[in-house]
Amino acid sequence: MYGKKVKLRILFLSSVILISVLTIFLILKSLEENVVYFKSPTEIKSITELDDKKIRVGGVVKEGSILTSSKKINFIITDYKNEINVSFIGAVPNLFAEGKGVVAEGFLKDRNFLTAEKILAKHDENYMPPEVKKALEDN
Amino acid sequence: MFSFIDSSKIFSITSKAPKYVFFIFIIVLFIGLIEALVLSPKDYIQSHSVRIMYVHVPSAWISVGIFSIIGILSFGSIIFKNKNFSIISKSLAPSGLVFNIIALVTGSIWGKPTWGTWWAWDSRITSMAILCLFYLIYVLAWRIIEDKNRANQVTSLIAILGLINIPIIKFSVEWWSTLHQPSSIKLLEDSTIHSSMLIPLILMTAAFALFSLLIFLMKYNTEMIKIKNKGLDRL
Repeated sequence: MYGKKVKLRILFLSSVILISVLTIFLILKSLEENVVYFKSPTEIKSITELDDKKIRVGGVVKEGSILTSSKKINFIITDYKNEINVSFIGAVPNLFAEGKGVVAEGFLKDRNFLTAEKILAKHDENYMPPEVKKALEDN
Repeated sequence: MFSFIDSSKIFSITSKAPKYVFFIFIIVLFIGLIEALVLSPKDYIQSHSVRIMYVHVPSAWISVGIFSIIGILSFGSIIFKNKNFSIISKSLAPSGLVFNIIALVTGSIWGKPTWGTWWAWDSRITSMAILCLFYLIYVLAWRIIEDKNRANQVTSLIAILGLINIPIIKFSVEWWSTLHQPSSIKLLEDSTIHSSMLIPLILMTAAFALFSLLIFLMKYNTEMIKIKNKGLDRL
Protein backbone atom coordinates (compact mmCIF):
# COMPACT_ATOMS: atom_id res chain seq x y z
CA MET A 1 0.00 0.00 0.00
CA TYR A 2 2.71 2.47 0.99
CA GLY A 3 6.08 2.80 -0.66
CA LYS A 4 9.26 1.46 0.83
CA LYS A 5 10.41 4.94 1.83
CA VAL A 6 7.21 5.63 3.76
CA LYS A 7 7.64 2.36 5.69
CA LEU A 8 11.25 3.28 6.43
CA ARG A 9 10.22 6.67 7.77
CA ILE A 10 7.53 5.08 9.97
CA LEU A 11 10.12 2.66 11.32
CA PHE A 12 12.59 5.51 11.93
CA LEU A 13 10.05 7.67 13.76
CA SER A 14 8.71 4.85 15.90
CA SER A 15 12.20 3.90 17.01
CA VAL A 16 13.00 7.56 17.81
CA ILE A 17 9.81 7.78 19.89
CA LEU A 18 10.41 4.45 21.60
CA ILE A 19 13.98 5.29 22.57
CA SER A 20 13.09 8.77 23.81
CA VAL A 21 10.13 7.55 25.85
CA LEU A 22 12.31 4.88 27.42
CA THR A 23 15.09 7.36 28.16
CA ILE A 24 12.72 9.86 29.73
CA PHE A 25 10.99 7.15 31.72
CA LEU A 26 14.30 5.94 33.13
CA ILE A 27 15.47 9.47 33.92
CA LEU A 28 12.21 10.31 35.72
CA LYS A 29 12.30 6.99 37.54
CA SER A 30 15.80 7.55 38.84
CA LEU A 31 15.03 11.15 39.75
CA GLU A 32 11.74 10.29 41.47
CA GLU A 33 13.11 11.54 44.79
CA ASN A 34 13.46 14.98 43.27
CA VAL A 35 10.42 14.96 41.01
CA VAL A 36 8.03 14.70 43.95
CA TYR A 37 7.47 18.16 45.39
CA PHE A 38 7.00 17.00 48.97
CA LYS A 39 6.97 13.92 51.15
CA SER A 40 4.17 12.76 53.38
CA PRO A 41 4.69 12.27 57.14
CA THR A 42 4.52 8.51 56.54
CA GLU A 43 7.40 8.73 54.08
CA ILE A 44 9.37 10.80 56.58
CA LYS A 45 8.89 8.08 59.20
CA SER A 46 10.42 5.51 56.91
CA ILE A 47 13.58 7.53 56.18
CA THR A 48 16.51 5.50 57.38
CA GLU A 49 19.11 8.23 57.49
CA LEU A 50 18.40 11.79 58.48
CA ASP A 51 20.60 14.36 56.76
CA ASP A 52 20.92 18.12 56.92
CA LYS A 53 19.32 18.71 53.56
CA LYS A 54 16.29 20.93 53.15
CA ILE A 55 13.12 18.92 52.84
CA ARG A 56 9.46 19.55 52.06
CA VAL A 57 6.70 17.84 54.00
CA GLY A 58 3.12 17.98 52.79
CA GLY A 59 -0.22 16.94 54.16
CA VAL A 60 -3.19 18.36 55.97
CA VAL A 61 -3.02 20.75 58.94
CA LYS A 62 -4.50 18.73 61.80
CA GLU A 63 -7.71 20.16 63.26
CA GLY A 64 -7.10 22.04 66.50
CA SER A 65 -3.33 21.76 66.25
CA ILE A 66 -2.39 25.35 65.39
CA LEU A 67 -0.74 27.13 68.31
CA THR A 68 0.35 30.71 67.82
CA SER A 69 2.57 32.53 70.27
CA SER A 70 3.93 36.06 69.76
CA LYS A 71 6.00 35.21 66.69
CA LYS A 72 6.16 31.48 66.47
CA ILE A 73 3.52 29.23 65.03
CA ASN A 74 3.30 25.52 65.78
CA PHE A 75 1.09 22.99 64.06
CA ILE A 76 0.87 19.35 63.07
CA ILE A 77 0.90 18.02 59.52
CA THR A 78 -0.98 14.77 59.17
CA ASP A 79 -1.72 12.32 56.37
CA TYR A 80 -4.24 10.57 58.65
CA LYS A 81 -1.71 7.80 59.28
CA ASN A 82 1.28 9.60 60.67
CA GLU A 83 1.93 13.07 61.98
CA ILE A 84 4.78 15.51 62.11
CA ASN A 85 5.19 18.61 64.28
CA VAL A 86 6.16 21.83 62.56
CA SER A 87 7.38 25.10 64.02
CA PHE A 88 7.66 28.23 61.94
CA ILE A 89 8.52 31.89 62.43
CA GLY A 90 7.00 34.30 59.93
CA ALA A 91 3.86 35.03 57.98
CA VAL A 92 1.72 32.18 56.67
CA PRO A 93 -0.25 32.42 53.40
CA ASN A 94 -3.93 33.41 53.53
CA LEU A 95 -5.16 29.93 52.72
CA PHE A 96 -3.28 28.35 55.60
CA ALA A 97 -5.96 26.86 57.86
CA GLU A 98 -6.85 23.80 59.90
CA GLY A 99 -8.07 20.91 57.80
CA LYS A 100 -6.50 22.36 54.64
CA GLY A 101 -3.52 21.21 52.60
CA VAL A 102 -0.09 22.57 53.45
CA VAL A 103 3.53 22.15 52.37
CA ALA A 104 6.26 23.04 54.86
CA GLU A 105 9.84 23.51 53.71
CA GLY A 106 12.66 23.29 56.21
CA PHE A 107 14.99 21.05 58.15
CA LEU A 108 14.15 17.90 60.07
CA LYS A 109 15.20 17.85 63.71
CA ASP A 110 14.12 14.25 64.03
CA ARG A 111 11.42 12.10 62.44
CA ASN A 112 8.72 13.91 64.39
CA PHE A 113 9.81 17.51 64.20
CA LEU A 114 10.41 19.95 61.36
CA THR A 115 11.73 23.48 61.67
CA ALA A 116 10.15 25.22 58.70
CA GLU A 117 11.58 28.14 56.78
CA LYS A 118 8.69 28.48 54.40
CA ILE A 119 5.02 27.55 54.57
CA LEU A 120 3.00 27.08 51.39
CA ALA A 121 -0.74 26.56 51.38
CA LYS A 122 -2.02 23.89 49.04
CA HIS A 123 -5.27 24.47 47.24
CA ASP A 124 -7.39 21.44 46.48
CA GLU A 125 -9.41 20.79 43.32
CA ASN A 126 -12.71 21.95 44.81
CA TYR A 127 -14.19 25.22 43.63
CA MET A 128 -17.57 26.45 44.84
CA PRO A 129 -19.38 29.60 45.94
CA PRO A 130 -19.55 30.33 49.72
CA GLU A 131 -23.30 29.64 49.81
CA VAL A 132 -22.82 26.14 48.45
CA LYS A 133 -20.07 25.47 50.98
CA LYS A 134 -22.36 26.63 53.76
CA ALA A 135 -25.20 24.45 52.52
CA LEU A 136 -22.85 21.47 52.39
CA GLU A 137 -21.71 22.09 55.96
CA ASP A 138 -25.26 22.47 57.24
CA ASN A 139 -26.19 19.06 55.92
CA MET B 1 -2.75 9.74 0.04
CA PHE B 2 -4.25 13.00 1.28
CA SER B 3 -4.89 14.18 -2.24
CA PHE B 4 -8.27 15.39 -0.96
CA ILE B 5 -6.40 18.13 0.83
CA ASP B 6 -6.17 20.43 -2.13
CA SER B 7 -4.50 23.61 -1.01
CA SER B 8 -6.16 25.92 -3.51
CA LYS B 9 -9.61 24.77 -2.40
CA ILE B 10 -8.62 25.18 1.22
CA PHE B 11 -7.32 28.67 0.54
CA SER B 12 -10.62 29.79 -0.93
CA ILE B 13 -12.24 28.91 2.39
CA THR B 14 -9.52 30.09 4.77
CA SER B 15 -9.18 33.46 3.08
CA LYS B 16 -12.81 34.29 3.78
CA ALA B 17 -13.11 32.68 7.21
CA PRO B 18 -11.21 35.16 9.48
CA LYS B 19 -13.87 37.87 9.50
CA TYR B 20 -16.58 35.40 10.56
CA VAL B 21 -14.33 33.82 13.18
CA PHE B 22 -13.46 37.28 14.48
CA PHE B 23 -17.15 38.15 14.78
CA ILE B 24 -17.99 34.98 16.74
CA PHE B 25 -14.85 35.41 18.88
CA ILE B 26 -15.87 38.92 19.96
CA ILE B 27 -19.36 37.74 20.95
CA VAL B 28 -18.12 34.70 22.89
CA LEU B 29 -15.36 36.70 24.59
CA PHE B 30 -17.85 39.39 25.61
CA ILE B 31 -20.28 36.90 27.18
CA GLY B 32 -17.37 34.95 28.68
CA LEU B 33 -15.84 38.03 30.32
CA ILE B 34 -19.18 39.13 31.77
CA GLU B 35 -19.69 35.62 33.18
CA ALA B 36 -16.14 35.40 34.50
CA LEU B 37 -15.82 38.88 36.00
CA VAL B 38 -19.38 39.84 37.01
CA LEU B 39 -21.92 37.02 37.10
CA SER B 40 -19.91 34.12 38.50
CA PRO B 41 -19.66 33.92 42.30
CA LYS B 42 -16.50 34.24 44.36
CA ASP B 43 -14.91 31.09 45.72
CA TYR B 44 -15.56 29.97 49.31
CA ILE B 45 -11.88 29.94 50.22
CA GLN B 46 -9.85 31.94 47.69
CA SER B 47 -12.51 34.62 47.16
CA HIS B 48 -12.16 36.71 43.99
CA SER B 49 -8.76 35.37 42.92
CA VAL B 50 -10.67 32.38 41.53
CA ARG B 51 -11.35 34.63 38.52
CA ILE B 52 -7.71 34.25 37.45
CA MET B 53 -8.57 30.61 36.78
CA TYR B 54 -10.89 31.64 33.93
CA VAL B 55 -7.82 32.84 32.04
CA HIS B 56 -5.25 30.43 33.41
CA VAL B 57 -6.98 27.10 32.79
CA PRO B 58 -8.25 27.81 29.24
CA SER B 59 -4.79 29.12 28.24
CA ALA B 60 -3.13 25.98 29.58
CA TRP B 61 -5.65 23.73 27.80
CA ILE B 62 -5.26 25.58 24.51
CA SER B 63 -1.46 25.56 24.59
CA VAL B 64 -1.31 21.85 25.40
CA GLY B 65 -3.99 21.13 22.78
CA ILE B 66 -2.23 23.08 20.05
CA PHE B 67 1.07 21.36 20.74
CA SER B 68 -0.66 17.97 20.54
CA ILE B 69 -2.07 18.89 17.12
CA ILE B 70 1.35 20.13 15.94
CA GLY B 71 2.98 16.91 17.16
CA ILE B 72 0.46 14.65 15.43
CA LEU B 73 0.57 16.66 12.19
CA SER B 74 4.36 16.45 12.30
CA PHE B 75 4.10 12.67 12.08
CA GLY B 76 2.10 13.06 8.90
CA SER B 77 4.48 15.70 7.65
CA ILE B 78 7.54 13.46 8.02
CA ILE B 79 6.01 10.14 7.03
CA PHE B 80 3.90 11.24 4.06
CA LYS B 81 5.92 14.35 3.13
CA ASN B 82 2.67 16.28 3.24
CA LYS B 83 3.52 19.95 2.84
CA ASN B 84 0.18 21.23 4.00
CA PHE B 85 0.61 19.56 7.41
CA SER B 86 3.83 21.44 8.04
CA ILE B 87 2.29 24.76 6.99
CA ILE B 88 -0.64 24.16 9.35
CA SER B 89 1.76 23.26 12.17
CA LYS B 90 3.90 26.31 11.53
CA SER B 91 0.84 28.58 11.57
CA LEU B 92 -0.52 27.05 14.79
CA ALA B 93 2.65 27.47 16.84
CA PRO B 94 2.60 31.23 17.68
CA SER B 95 -0.81 31.21 19.40
CA GLY B 96 0.16 28.06 21.29
CA LEU B 97 3.32 29.75 22.54
CA VAL B 98 1.45 32.90 23.59
CA PHE B 99 -1.17 30.93 25.51
CA ASN B 100 1.56 28.88 27.17
CA ILE B 101 3.21 32.06 28.43
CA ILE B 102 -0.17 33.42 29.57
CA ALA B 103 -0.81 30.19 31.51
CA LEU B 104 2.58 30.40 33.25
CA VAL B 105 2.23 34.11 34.10
CA THR B 106 -1.38 33.93 35.36
CA GLY B 107 -0.50 30.81 37.35
CA SER B 108 2.30 32.73 38.99
CA ILE B 109 0.03 35.69 39.77
CA TRP B 110 -2.52 33.29 41.29
CA GLY B 111 0.14 31.33 43.18
CA LYS B 112 1.49 34.27 45.15
CA PRO B 113 -1.69 35.08 47.13
CA THR B 114 -2.92 31.47 47.32
CA TRP B 115 0.13 29.28 47.81
CA GLY B 116 2.44 31.98 49.10
CA THR B 117 4.98 31.67 46.30
CA TRP B 118 5.36 32.88 42.72
CA TRP B 119 7.00 29.73 41.49
CA ALA B 120 7.49 26.16 42.61
CA TRP B 121 9.56 23.51 40.85
CA ASP B 122 6.83 20.94 41.07
CA SER B 123 6.28 18.54 38.19
CA ARG B 124 3.20 20.25 36.70
CA ILE B 125 4.75 23.71 36.60
CA THR B 126 8.13 22.45 35.42
CA SER B 127 6.63 20.35 32.63
CA MET B 128 4.62 23.38 31.46
CA ALA B 129 7.83 25.43 31.44
CA ILE B 130 9.47 22.68 29.36
CA LEU B 131 6.55 22.84 26.92
CA CYS B 132 7.21 26.57 26.64
CA LEU B 133 10.85 25.83 25.76
CA PHE B 134 9.73 23.35 23.11
CA TYR B 135 7.43 26.00 21.63
CA LEU B 136 10.29 28.50 21.60
CA ILE B 137 12.72 26.12 19.92
CA TYR B 138 10.02 25.12 17.45
CA VAL B 139 9.21 28.70 16.44
CA LEU B 140 12.89 29.67 16.34
CA ALA B 141 13.82 26.68 14.18
CA TRP B 142 11.31 27.79 11.54
CA ARG B 143 12.90 31.25 11.57
CA ILE B 144 16.57 30.30 11.71
CA ILE B 145 16.86 27.38 9.29
CA GLU B 146 16.88 28.76 5.76
CA ASP B 147 16.57 25.54 3.79
CA LYS B 148 12.86 24.74 3.57
CA ASN B 149 13.01 20.97 3.64
CA ARG B 150 15.55 21.00 6.40
CA ALA B 151 13.43 23.39 8.49
CA ASN B 152 10.44 21.16 7.95
CA GLN B 153 12.30 18.05 9.11
CA VAL B 154 13.91 19.68 12.13
CA THR B 155 10.73 21.33 13.39
CA SER B 156 8.73 18.12 12.91
CA LEU B 157 11.26 16.18 14.98
CA ILE B 158 11.16 18.85 17.71
CA ALA B 159 7.37 18.62 17.80
CA ILE B 160 7.38 14.81 17.90
CA LEU B 161 9.88 14.78 20.77
CA GLY B 162 7.85 17.47 22.55
CA LEU B 163 4.78 15.29 22.21
CA ILE B 164 6.23 12.96 24.86
CA ASN B 165 5.96 15.83 27.33
CA ILE B 166 2.19 16.13 26.84
CA PRO B 167 1.12 13.05 28.86
CA ILE B 168 3.69 14.04 31.49
CA ILE B 169 1.96 17.43 31.84
CA LYS B 170 -1.46 15.81 31.98
CA PHE B 171 -0.66 13.14 34.54
CA SER B 172 2.06 14.95 36.54
CA VAL B 173 -0.49 15.86 39.23
CA GLU B 174 -1.44 12.20 39.62
CA TRP B 175 1.94 10.50 39.32
CA TRP B 176 3.85 12.70 41.73
CA SER B 177 3.04 14.86 44.72
CA THR B 178 2.76 18.43 43.48
CA LEU B 179 1.90 21.83 44.85
CA HIS B 180 -0.43 22.27 41.89
CA GLN B 181 -3.91 20.93 42.53
CA PRO B 182 -5.15 17.87 40.60
CA SER B 183 -7.65 18.24 37.75
CA SER B 184 -11.11 19.41 38.74
CA ILE B 185 -12.64 18.16 35.53
CA LYS B 186 -12.28 14.48 34.79
CA LEU B 187 -13.65 12.42 31.97
CA LEU B 188 -15.35 9.70 33.98
CA GLU B 189 -16.06 11.40 37.29
CA ASP B 190 -18.17 14.35 38.38
CA SER B 191 -16.24 17.58 38.19
CA THR B 192 -15.32 19.16 41.51
CA ILE B 193 -15.98 22.64 40.25
CA HIS B 194 -19.38 24.19 40.83
CA SER B 195 -21.54 24.64 37.71
CA SER B 196 -21.74 28.43 38.22
CA MET B 197 -17.95 28.47 37.79
CA LEU B 198 -17.89 25.89 35.03
CA ILE B 199 -19.92 28.10 32.66
CA PRO B 200 -17.39 30.99 32.47
CA LEU B 201 -14.57 28.44 32.25
CA ILE B 202 -16.11 26.79 29.19
CA LEU B 203 -17.01 30.12 27.60
CA MET B 204 -13.49 31.48 28.05
CA THR B 205 -12.05 28.26 26.63
CA ALA B 206 -14.27 28.67 23.58
CA ALA B 207 -13.20 32.31 23.24
CA PHE B 208 -9.49 31.44 23.43
CA ALA B 209 -9.95 28.57 20.98
CA LEU B 210 -11.63 30.95 18.54
CA PHE B 211 -8.83 33.47 19.00
CA SER B 212 -6.25 30.75 18.25
CA LEU B 213 -8.25 29.76 15.19
CA LEU B 214 -8.29 33.39 14.04
CA ILE B 215 -4.54 33.85 14.45
CA PHE B 216 -3.98 30.47 12.82
CA LEU B 217 -6.09 31.40 9.78
CA MET B 218 -4.27 34.70 9.36
CA LYS B 219 -0.86 33.00 9.64
CA TYR B 220 -1.96 30.23 7.31
CA ASN B 221 -3.20 32.66 4.67
CA THR B 222 0.07 34.58 4.88
CA GLU B 223 2.02 31.36 4.33
CA MET B 224 -0.20 30.52 1.35
CA ILE B 225 0.34 33.92 -0.22
CA LYS B 226 4.09 33.56 0.34
CA ILE B 227 4.04 30.25 -1.51
CA LYS B 228 1.99 31.68 -4.37
CA ASN B 229 4.34 34.61 -4.81
CA LYS B 230 7.63 32.77 -4.62
CA GLY B 231 10.43 35.01 -3.50
CA LEU B 232 8.29 36.81 -0.98
CA ASP B 233 9.14 33.92 1.23
CA ARG B 234 12.06 35.49 3.02
CA LEU B 235 12.35 39.15 3.81
